[in-house]
Amino acid sequence: MSMAIASLGGRLPMQAGRRELALIAVWTALLTVPLWLPLLGGYTALAGRVLVFGLAAMGLNMLLGFTGVLSFGHAAYFGLGAYGAGLTLRYLVHSTPLAMLAGTLLGGLAGTLFGLLIVRRRGVYFAMCTIAFGQLWYYLAYSWNSFTGGFDGLRDFQREAINLGPFTLHIEDGGTVFYFFLLAIFAVAVAVMGVVLRSPFGRTLLAIRENERRARFLGIPVERHIWLSFSISCFFTALAGTLYALLNNFADPLTLHYSLSGYFVVMTVIGGMRTFWGPLLGAAVFVVLQDYISSMTVNWMSFVGATFMLVVLFFPRGLLGTLRRRVQV
Amino acid sequence: MTQLILFNVTNGLIIGAFYVLMALGLSLILNLSNVINFAHGNFLALGGYLAFTLSPTLGYWGALLVSPFLTALIGLAVERLMIRRIYNRDPVYSLLLTFGLAFVMQDAARYIWGPNGLPMGLPAVLAQPITSDLFFITYYRIFMVTVVIVAVVGLFAFLRYTRVGLRIRAGTFDLETVSTLGVNVRHLRTFNFALGCLLAGLSGVLAAGQIGLNPNMGDELLMPSFIAIIVGGVGSLIGTLFGGLLIGMAAALTTVVYPSASEAVIYAILMAVLLIRPRGLVGEEGMLS
Repeated sequence: MSMAIASLGGRLPMQAGRRELALIAVWTALLTVPLWLPLLGGYTALAGRVLVFGLAAMGLNMLLGFTGVLSFGHAAYFGLGAYGAGLTLRYLVHSTPLAMLAGTLLGGLAGTLFGLLIVRRRGVYFAMCTIAFGQLWYYLAYSWNSFTGGFDGLRDFQREAINLGPFTLHIEDGGTVFYFFLLAIFAVAVAVMGVVLRSPFGRTLLAIRENERRARFLGIPVERHIWLSFSISCFFTALAGTLYALLNNFADPLTLHYSLSGYFVVMTVIGGMRTFWGPLLGAAVFVVLQDYISSMTVNWMSFVGATFMLVVLFFPRGLLGTLRRRVQV
Repeated sequence: MTQLILFNVTNGLIIGAFYVLMALGLSLILNLSNVINFAHGNFLALGGYLAFTLSPTLGYWGALLVSPFLTALIGLAVERLMIRRIYNRDPVYSLLLTFGLAFVMQDAARYIWGPNGLPMGLPAVLAQPITSDLFFITYYRIFMVTVVIVAVVGLFAFLRYTRVGLRIRAGTFDLETVSTLGVNVRHLRTFNFALGCLLAGLSGVLAAGQIGLNPNMGDELLMPSFIAIIVGGVGSLIGTLFGGLLIGMAAALTTVVYPSASEAVIYAILMAVLLIRPRGLVGEEGMLS
């Protein structure tokens, strides 16, 4: 595991070089999406979905991969973010930044409060609590018809152009401008996440993941750290949720359902749980695969389910995890 | 009003009975193998569908008897082929595996038996109400509750008085020691998984007679079963039993007063338990942690 820690911090000169190379590759790919994606027959909305799910899964991975705590209910915070943004735009103010702020706060604070209740649980017990609590919001959105639109989802709201004084960001049209808006938010969020994970706080999370008992003996308040990690991770996922609502001008109860939580976990595992960029890669694989399979066959559930099982049984390290192992050996 | 209350108490008892049967199976697997079986609702549906397919040849009673055991057999195969490979890994893998399995099983049921609901025929004796006053209490409802009681008593007797049952209970607390004492833990876990699926299959046959069959009939029972386990206390089967009955009854009685809150009250109980008594009503501190 010392390898994992070193590559995160990038102290060793050889690994620092590789890390910068990876960073350049990731950002070049993301920045040039509008140039090459149309050539592959894709469309920019697809790339937007990859960014949004990628951010949500990276948020989850802070908890799952870097703290070693399993949440199987992160769709709740994603969905709360989406509904928070949607409800704000529909009922309160026609402002995209305020809607994003409201959604992020709603999802993040819900996670922070719930985290207090369950920080003492571990392993599958923790996971089970997160699943059960997550479904509460699904039922709420599902049954509070007059306010949330019920099963049909929340419609009748639009992302608004952002006025920055001298010039205006016309994100309401979608297309390239909106993609770069998403990418900018993504970049800021990911930068913050990187800073948090590389801070002493982030290193302490790794220590808890590797040996909780030892961390406790060293005087680290383990529960408080897990709670903070859960809370921060919920804020990132909620932010991703608000972007999802803006992307579709729509929020539906399925964004709160535990299936989506499962998808986030799958994205993380496919990409590589203990790697920083893994979840983004996993999200790309997942989104493209789901898009492709659901256009090919009505039995897409079997294919998706079988993919999950195959990944678990034969490919548990994920793409980047396997790659890193190769390079090191 | 009395009739309304009585109606909902009966409903609560029946819903609670389903939660109990489903949650006991989940709980057995969780306690011994540390696996949350997301596909448990699909084993329930499988039990129901098998009974539907078998009843023309075996008759209702034959199907009622045979299909839970067939479900258990399929559960046994699933455990041997897949689940057992991930016992010693991070819990995230067992969750993903059964999550994927649930998708495949649901799609398979839709493919084989069709996406639309199917009715499950009942013997004429069971289909009629006991009196015209209490029209909602059919013989079938009494029969269901009786079967569940017999199954639960049977399960607890099995765990209490047989050698295998003793090992399962011991394994819940310390599987390593049980293994050192010469018990084949691999077989024990396989058997235990099949036993959990047996209970799911039985609830499936019973549920089919009440609500009919559809590919995702088990999904609605899955979440309340999780909550029943947490409320009762992870690691305790008695707790699961009480948890299931409690939330079934609470949901049904809320229906009398304020129908749209019947789902919410289950989650309110969950929150209250996590807040006031995190280990659950009869659970022990530190289980599965």
